Amino acid sequence: MLIVLLAVSVVAFIIIQLPPGDYLTSMISRLRSMGVAFDQVQIRAFEKQYGLDLPIYVQYFKWMWNMLHGDFGKSLQWNAPVRELIGERLLLTVIISVLTLLFAYVVAIPIGIYSATHQYSLADYGFTVLGFIGLATPNFLLALILMYVFYKYFGISAGGLFSIEYQLAPWSMAKFLDLLKHLPIPIIVIGTAGTASIVRVMRGCLLDELRKQYVITARAKGVSEKVLLFKYPVRVAINPIVSTIGWTLPVIVSGETITAIVLNLPTTGPLLLQALLFEDMYLAGSIVMLLTFLIVIGTLLSDILLVWMDPRIRYVKRGI
Amino acid sequence: MPRTRDKLTAEQRYYLATQWQLIWRKLKKHKLALIGITVLIILYATALFCEFFSPYSISKRFPEYIYCQPQRIRFFDGKSISFRPFVYGYQRDRDAVTLRRIYRIDEDKKYYIYLFVHGDEYKICNILPMDIHFFGLKDQKGVIFIFGTDKLGRDLFSRNVYAARVSLSIGLVGVAVSFILGCLFGGISGYYGGAVDTVIQRIIEFLLSIPTIPLWMALSAALPPRWSPLKVYFGITVILSVIGWTGLARVVRGKFLELREEDFIMAAEISGLRKGQIILRHLIPSFTSYLIVNLTLSIPWMILGETSLSFLGLGIRAPAVSWGVLLKDAQNVRTLVHAPWLLIPGIFVVVTVLAFNFVGDGIRDAADPYK
Repeated sequence: MLIVLLAVSVVAFIIIQLPPGDYLTSMISRLRSMGVAFDQVQIRAFEKQYGLDLPIYVQYFKWMWNMLHGDFGKSLQWNAPVRELIGERLLLTVIISVLTLLFAYVVAIPIGIYSATHQYSLADYGFTVLGFIGLATPNFLLALILMYVFYKYFGISAGGLFSIEYQLAPWSMAKFLDLLKHLPIPIIVIGTAGTASIVRVMRGCLLDELRKQYVITARAKGVSEKVLLFKYPVRVAINPIVSTIGWTLPVIVSGETITAIVLNLPTTGPLLLQALLFEDMYLAGSIVMLLTFLIVIGTLLSDILLVWMDPRIRYVKRGI
Repeated sequence: MPRTRDKLTAEQRYYLATQWQLIWRKLKKHKLALIGITVLIILYATALFCEFFSPYSISKRFPEYIYCQPQRIRFFDGKSISFRPFVYGYQRDRDAVTLRRIYRIDEDKKYYIYLFVHGDEYKICNILPMDIHFFGLKDQKGVIFIFGTDKLGRDLFSRNVYAARVSLSIGLVGVAVSFILGCLFGGISGYYGGAVDTVIQRIIEFLLSIPTIPLWMALSAALPPRWSPLKVYFGITVILSVIGWTGLARVVRGKFLELREEDFIMAAEISGLRKGQIILRHLIPSFTSYLIVNLTLSIPWMILGETSLSFLGLGIRAPAVSWGVLLKDAQNVRTLVHAPWLLIPGIFVVVTVLAFNFVGDGIRDAADPYK
């Protein structure tokens, strides 16, 4: 766990260091073009101020050290601490990702159960086709299509998370309700691919379970279909689904990033794109790192959930 | 006298069939997979000879026709049926309220469509100079835009066909890179086991936990802006493969662990074969079909990745075009409402991905013919 987090920080630091030249060079060239003169002494002073004159690994440890104290560096583009810029956006990213995950599960599990119990029925085929299309459509395309439909037929813009009057307002009940109104579209857009894959896994697992002998035994003993279905096979089939949270989360966060850019949601996605386009690498690196942190934490939580749900998994001491 | 093959009964032929013949036989029963294969062959053939199939060259601009709606190919002109399809010309006009430029269909101007017409010159496969296009108009006054035009008045059908070349090939090249990496690391991990295995597995798990799109965005933003389109193309491929190889490595590792215990591997070891030879000659051929399934299913994934990156402006850069680059023009809702045909490349993406998925599913069902 700690090693993973450390590895994430190294990757984030590499991302920060990757672009040729740093923000300082582009800033200086921009200021020069505006007629501000710089001499080498001033440039050295700047480098010292931002710590750019130190060797790479020293820079890394300095950056790490600051981060452990809650200082993610300064966004050179916005001239503000990264923490302030990311704070609220990251919260919204988390809210949207978690809600999307819930949405995907709430929709996918019943559909999976239905498809498995009514295999090769019309509805099963329908869901399979929908699932294939859902997997094949990139998130941003779905977002574009929904935006187009909403704009063309309802005359409203589907983008954003808040109405204009609430955008800068402090948090209040009204703003919260406004947020709720805007949430469904992004959640549906981000959730389709995940939902489709969960349906497929759920359907497959449940079909495997239903063919097992204990189901036949239970049926022979006269257990009613509903009790039989929900008491045993569904519970068994849900376990692999829960263990897939680990790879569903990265997919959802990825989808959130690109969908947020298209729908112009005030989350980390558009900020990341902006930061990358302006070579504001401290901001970009911090966003990638924090997103990965969240996923690692989410995976850990899902593992704990799995242990709690599946009594067969128990911690066993090594060597027995 | 030895019996020739066609004298065998169906059953005997079944028992004598090689593994690949059995796979092909099973695949033929999978209707969706066959449709998928057909679609893919058509798409790739079009992409390979894109200069021939597109009526105009990629950068040809028609300043008179900006954001033209797609033309309908017609056979019936209200009075008589013509066996040669034709399109109506455009009539430029202005919307009375918004003053926006609009194009009306001018039913007085009729242009017949011919196959194999002479048009812009190009070099087919970069070698042979040619000027014959698959379809087009003979009348030089007319224009044919069956997918409409973009903001600079370029024919979107031609651009879509050219874009197919980049979008479709990036999947193949990317998968080739992932294949090499995946086989290498998966093989090492599975064959040697132990500490090497643990380290490689941890690295894979770590890579899988990074959200792909933010990582790709960060990496591709680091590609130097002065790179030529070709360099950028390979840069993007490598970036996509950074994550792509992990899935394959896992399959290879799993199969290695499974097969390592088999008798025929031990026999090979006893006969004194070197490790490299055992891996290449005996291990890899015995799970080729699984590899093919995995490769087929990871191509669409690469195509989607490239499309997303290009859509954000971080992938393929103009003047090169891919479907993602074309979709980038559709980012603005207001433009989109007036020119919904800008979304057409999206249809190609979805169709390609679907086709690959169907083929992959079909091969997966057929992959183990002895079941």
